[in-house]
Amino acid sequence: MWDHEIRAMASTHAVIAASVFMATVVPAVFVQGFSVYGTHLLWLYSVSGTVTAVSVAVFWLLGITPPTKKHTLGYKLSRLFRSCLYFFLSCLFFHTVVVLYGAPLIESALETFSLAVLLTSLTTLRCLCVLGPNVQAWIRVFSRHGAMSVWDTCLQITVTCTVVGAWVGAFPLPLDWDRPWQVWPVSCSLGAMIGFLTGLVAAPAWIHYHRKQLTYKCK
Amino acid sequence: MKGLLVLSLLFCMCAMYFVGIYLFVGGFLLVRLEVNRTSTCGDVLQPGEEPVDFCRVQPRFRRAVLLIIDALKIDFARFDPSNTSPRPYENKLPVLEETASSRPSHSRLYPFRADPPTTTMQRIKGFTTGSLPTFVDVGNNFASSAILEDNLIHQFGQVGKRVVFMGDDTWESLFPKKFHRSLPFPSFNVKDLHTVDNGILQHLYTTSDDWDVLVAHFLGVDHCGHRFGPDHPAMADKLTQMDGVIRSVIDRLQNDTLLVVMGDHGMTDTGDHGGESQKETDAAIFLYSPAPLFPGPPSQSEPDVVPQTDLVPTLALLLGVPIPYSSVGQVLLPLFPPLGQTKGAVGELSQLEALWINAKQVNRFLETYSGMAKDIPPESLSQLKDEFAHLSSEYLTTVRDGRPPSPELAVSLQAYLSSVRDTCRATWARFNPFKMAAGLAILAICLLNVENSPGLKAPVVVALTAGLCVAAGQLLTQGYIEVAWCLAAAALSSELLLLWTACRSRTTAVAKNGFKAAKCTSWLTLRRLLIPSLMVLLIRCACLLSDSYVIAEGRVVTFLMFSLALYIPIHLNWDGLLLPPSHDPLKSAGLLPSPALSPSTVRKESSTLLTCLGLLIGSLYLSLSFHGCREEQGSCQPSPFLSPLSRLQDSQLKNLHYILSVSSLGLWTYLLKRCLRHYGNLNSSGGTVFTARWILPLLAVCLGLHWAVSATPEDSFRNLAELISLAQLALPRAAFCLLGLGLFLIWLDPLTVFVKTRAAASARGSSLPPPRYRASTGISPQAELHHLIPQIYQRMRRSLDDGELSGSSDVDSRPAVEAYGLGTVYSAPLLLFCGLLGIGLLLLHPEGMALSFLLLLLEMGALMHIHASSTTLSGGFNVPWTPIVLWSLAATQFFHATGHLPTFPSIQWGAAFVGFPEGHTGTVLPASLVTLNTFASHILFAVGCPLLLFWPLVCEVRGSRGGRACGEEGEDAVMEMRLRENPQHFSAALLQLSTRYLFIHGAQVFASVCAAAILRRHLMVWKVFAPKLMFEASGFLVSSVSLLIGVTLVLRVDVAVGRWFKRIIPDASR
Ligand SMILES: [Zn+2]
Ligand SMILES: [Zn+2]
Repeated sequence: MWDHEIRAMASTHAVIAASVFMATVVPAVFVQGFSVYGTHLLWLYSVSGTVTAVSVAVFWLLGITPPTKKHTLGYKLSRLFRSCLYFFLSCLFFHTVVVLYGAPLIESALETFSLAVLLTSLTTLRCLCVLGPNVQAWIRVFSRHGAMSVWDTCLQITVTCTVVGAWVGAFPLPLDWDRPWQVWPVSCSLGAMIGFLTGLVAAPAWIHYHRKQLTYKCK
Repeated sequence: MKGLLVLSLLFCMCAMYFVGIYLFVGGFLLVRLEVNRTSTCGDVLQPGEEPVDFCRVQPRFRRAVLLIIDALKIDFARFDPSNTSPRPYENKLPVLEETASSRPSHSRLYPFRADPPTTTMQRIKGFTTGSLPTFVDVGNNFASSAILEDNLIHQFGQVGKRVVFMGDDTWESLFPKKFHRSLPFPSFNVKDLHTVDNGILQHLYTTSDDWDVLVAHFLGVDHCGHRFGPDHPAMADKLTQMDGVIRSVIDRLQNDTLLVVMGDHGMTDTGDHGGESQKETDAAIFLYSPAPLFPGPPSQSEPDVVPQTDLVPTLALLLGVPIPYSSVGQVLLPLFPPLGQTKGAVGELSQLEALWINAKQVNRFLETYSGMAKDIPPESLSQLKDEFAHLSSEYLTTVRDGRPPSPELAVSLQAYLSSVRDTCRATWARFNPFKMAAGLAILAICLLNVENSPGLKAPVVVALTAGLCVAAGQLLTQGYIEVAWCLAAAALSSELLLLWTACRSRTTAVAKNGFKAAKCTSWLTLRRLLIPSLMVLLIRCACLLSDSYVIAEGRVVTFLMFSLALYIPIHLNWDGLLLPPSHDPLKSAGLLPSPALSPSTVRKESSTLLTCLGLLIGSLYLSLSFHGCREEQGSCQPSPFLSPLSRLQDSQLKNLHYILSVSSLGLWTYLLKRCLRHYGNLNSSGGTVFTARWILPLLAVCLGLHWAVSATPEDSFRNLAELISLAQLALPRAAFCLLGLGLFLIWLDPLTVFVKTRAAASARGSSLPPPRYRASTGISPQAELHHLIPQIYQRMRRSLDDGELSGSSDVDSRPAVEAYGLGTVYSAPLLLFCGLLGIGLLLLHPEGMALSFLLLLLEMGALMHIHASSTTLSGGFNVPWTPIVLWSLAATQFFHATGHLPTFPSIQWGAAFVGFPEGHTGTVLPASLVTLNTFASHILFAVGCPLLLFWPLVCEVRGSRGGRACGEEGEDAVMEMRLRENPQHFSAALLQLSTRYLFIHGAQVFASVCAAAILRRHLMVWKVFAPKLMFEASGFLVSSVSLLIGVTLVLRVDVAVGRWFKRIIPDASR
C-alpha cells in the first residue's frame, strides 16, 4: 500500500545509521585517542550533531515536514525559532527526568546534560522534523489511534526504542564489575544509541509486515 | 458470613507462605545459642592431686605463632616431587614437606577440615571458640559482631599472655580491645591482593619481642582465588610468597615457641567458598616447633584429617590455658606424650590426662547448653550423658587406685568426644537440603495459586489429613514428631489440591469452549504476565539475586517506582484516555467509541492525575535523602536526619531540625483531619470521631514535647534534671496509652456517620423521589435496605454541596434522613487508623524521620489519587496490578527512606528504649518495639492497602460534580455505598486486592529465598543475601499480619454499617 514510502523510510534510516557509524569512526582520524569510552562526551556530541544534521537534511529533502500554512519569511523564522526553543526545552526536560531517575544532581551535571542532548537529538528532533513544533500533535501521535501516516508509526517505534534503550542502559550501573562502559553515562547513552539503531531497523520492517492491518485517516 | 470467609481464606493463604518460609529458613539458617560462661583455671584440675593452679604451672610452650593463610587449601600445601608439570597452585609450598620429612618429630602437616559455613568470619569464630558457629548465633548483642562466647584470645588475656595481631581487620571487630597490639588492614576489597599481606610483612619480622601469642592473618591467597580462581599464575606467585614467609618465620623461631600455619577454609575450583563441599572445607594445618613436638615419627595412629574444632583444646592445653567453655573439639593426641613418657615437666599432660580434661569440659558445656536450648535431640543427649558418667567413674577409680589405665579408656574417651562433636555438628553445621527444597516448592506453588479463587473446606480437610498422617507415620517409625514435616505435608497437599482444581476447571472450560478458546486463554495469560507492572515486579525480584543490587536496593526500588509511575499517564495516553477527545473533529467520525466521560471531567481527572504524579515523583526524589549507608557502599554519607537530635552540637541547627520535625508532624495531623472533615466524617459523636478530634492532636502534642525533652542537653537545666527524666519516661508512655486508646476506640465504634432525622418516618416514603432502580414491585425488607442507601446518601451530598453542614431552614425540600459521612464510612476509620499508627511508629524513630513520614503520607495520598483518577478515566471496579505493585514497592522504598537497611548492624536499637530509658526485664517488649520500628513502612502500607479499593469510589464525588455541571442530574454519587449495594463484589474485590498484595510480597520473599539457595557459595551470602532473606521474610510476616488487621477493620466497619441500617430502618416502617 505504501511501498514507496516504506522504501523511502528504509533508505532514510540507512543514511542515518551510516552517519552514526561515520560519526563514531571519522573523528578518530582527527582527534588523538578518540574512543567511545575514553572520550565519551566527544563521541556523544559528534553523534548527536551528525544525527541532527543528517535528520534535518534528509527529512527536509523528502518533504515529510508538515506543510506550513503561510509562506512568509517571518512565519518560517518564528517556526525555526520555536523549533530551537523546543529543542532546548526538551534537553532540559530530559535532564530533569534523568536526575529524578537518580543521576547525581551536581557532580556530573555536564555528563547528564550531554546524555539529555543525545536523547533529544534522537527523539525530540525527529518529532520536530515529522510533526513540526506542535506539542499537541506530539502527544496525539503517542496514542493507539493517533498515527496518521507511516511516518507517525515510524516515529512511535523509534522514539519508544530509544527511550527504552536508555532505560535499560541504566541497569548495569549499580553492578560492581568496574568496566569502562559502566561509568555514568556511558551505558545509558550506549543503550539509547543501540535502541535508536534497533528502532531504525525495526520501524520499516514492522510497518512492512503489518502493512495490511495499518489504516490511517487521511490528513 | 461472607467477611469471615474472606478473612479465613486470607489467613490460610498467609499460613501457606509462612510454612514455606519456615521450612526454608529452618533448613538454611542454622541457629545456635551462645553460652556466655567462661572457663577458669580451676576447671583443669586433676582429681586426687593437691590443688595446683594449672595456669601458673610452666606450660609446654610459652609462646605461639599463628600464621593464618586465608583459604589455604590442602591441595596447595601438599608437595608431590613426581609431579613434573604442576598447575599454578601445586607444589608451591615446598617448605612444609621439606620440614616435615627432615624433622619428623618437630613438624607435621595434616588436612584441616572446617565446618560449614566456610566463610572467614565464621571460621575465625570457630577456631577461637572451638565451637561450630552458625549464621545466627543468638547471643545478647546483635548489633556488634564481637565474640561474647569464651574463646582462646580471652583465655590468653586472662592468664596475662600478650596477644599481638596483624592482618584481616575482621579480627579487630570480633575481638575489640582484646589485643595487646594490633595492625588491622581492610579486608573488604577482594580485588586487592597485596595490601594486607604486604602490610603484615612490613611488620612481622621487625615487631618487637613483647608478645606471647602472635597472630598474622594473610588474605592474598583468598582474594587471589576470588579474583582469578586457583588455576592462575597469580596464585603461584602468591603461594611462593607465602612459602618464603613460612621459611623465614621458621628460621626465627625460638625453642619455646609453637608455630601453627593453617588455612581457615579451602576453595572451589572457581575460588569461592562458603558451602560444605570437600574442596571448600579441607584446608591445611602445619605444626612446627624447634623443640621436639611429637613423641616420634608418624605412626599408624595418626589422624587422617584434623577437624577444625580440635585446634582450640590442643592449643589451650599446650599453652597452659583452660579450654574455652563452649569448645566441642578434642585434643590432637599425637601432640601429647603417652602416659609414662612425660618428661617430668609439671605442665606437660599425658594423653589420658588431656583427654580427661577435655571430656570434662565438653560434658559441662553440653549440660549447660541442653539446659538452655532444646535443639539437640534428647535421646542422643541422654546417651552421651550415660557414656560420660560411665567413663568418668572408670577414670576416677583408675586414678584413685593408682593403677595403670587400660588402653581402652583412652579410646572410649576419644569416641565420646567424637560423638559429642558429631551430635553438635548435625544440629548446627549442616544445611538441610530437603527442608530447603520443600520450602521453595511450597512458596512456588503458593505464588502459582494467586489468581485461583479457592474454596476453603476441601483444602483444609486435605491439609489436616495429610498433616496427621505424616505425624502418625513419624510416631510409628521414629517415635517422635517433627512438626516441620507435618506442616510441609499439610501445606503441600492442600496447595496441590488447589492447583489441581484450578487446572480442572480450566480444562472443563476448554472442553466447553473448544480448542481455540483454550489456546486463546493460555496466550492471554502469558500476555498478561508481560504487562509492565508485573515486568517491574519481575525486575525487582531479579534484582534480589545480585549482591550489588541488594546493596543499592533503596535506589533501585525508587528507580522502578518512578518508571512505573511514569508508565501510568503514558499508557492512558496510548489508550486515548488522558486527553479529552473532543477538539479533534476527525475523532467523532465513528472510529472511536463515544467517550463515557464528558471532556471537562476528563480534563479535571487528567490534571489531578498529573498533579499527583508530580507530587509522587517529588516525594520519591526527596525520600532519597533519608537513606542510611551500608558498609559496602564506600563513598556514602548517611542522612543527617538519622542521628537523634540530642547528638547535634550546633544549637541553631538543632532548633531548625526540631522546627522542621514538629511542623511536619503538625502537617501530618492537619492533613488527616482536613481529609476527614472534607468528607463529612467529623460530625457525629462516636468513638472514632472522638479519636480524630482529641486523641490525634493530643498524641501529636505528646510526641512534639517528647522530642523537645529528649533533645534538651542534660547539663543546661540542672535544676530541672529530675523533671526532664520524669518527662522522658512519662511522655512516650502517655503517647503509647493514647495510641492504644485511640486504636481501641476506632475498633469499638468505627462509624463516622452523623444522622439527622427531619420528618416523621411515615412521611419518608412519599417525600423522596422514586429510587432510580426500583425495578421490583414487591419490596422485601432486604430490598428496602438496598434501595434506601443511595437516597440517604444523595440527600447528604446535596446538603454538603450547599455548604450546610449543620441543619438549617427550608424544611420542606429536605429529606427525612440525612447521613453525613456515609460515603466514606469505610475509608475514614481506616485512614484514621493509619494516621494514628503512623504517629505511634514515628515515636520509635529519630526525630528527623518526621519529614520522611510526611513524605510517606503524601506519597500514599498521591498514589491513591493517581489510582482513583486512572480508574475514573479507564473504568473498572477491581484494583489492577499497577497501583498494587506501586503500593508494595513504596513499602520497600520507605523502609529505606526511614533509614533502615537490610543488615543487622543497621537495626535501630534505640527504639527499644523509647519510654523505657532504664531498659527492660523481658525480651518480648523490646523485640516488638524494634520490630515496629524496623518495619514501620511495611505496617503502614499493609494496613492502608484496602484504601486502594475505596479511593476511586471516594473520588467519585468529583466525577459526579463535573457531570452535574453538564446537566446530568440523574447520576447519583453513592461513593462507598456502591460496595454495600453488591456485597458479593465487595468481598471478591477485597479478597483479590489482598491476595495480590500478598503475592507481590511473597514473590519478593521467594526471590530472596532463591538467592540464598542458589548463591550458598557466594562470597556475600552471609553478608548480603542471608540478612536480606531474614529481613524480607520478617517484612512479609509483618506485612501479612498488618494486612489482616486492615482487612479485619474493614469487615468490622461493614458489620457496624449493617447494624446502623437496621437501626435506621426499623422493622415497624413496613
Ligand atoms: Zn577465609
Ligand atoms: Zn574468601
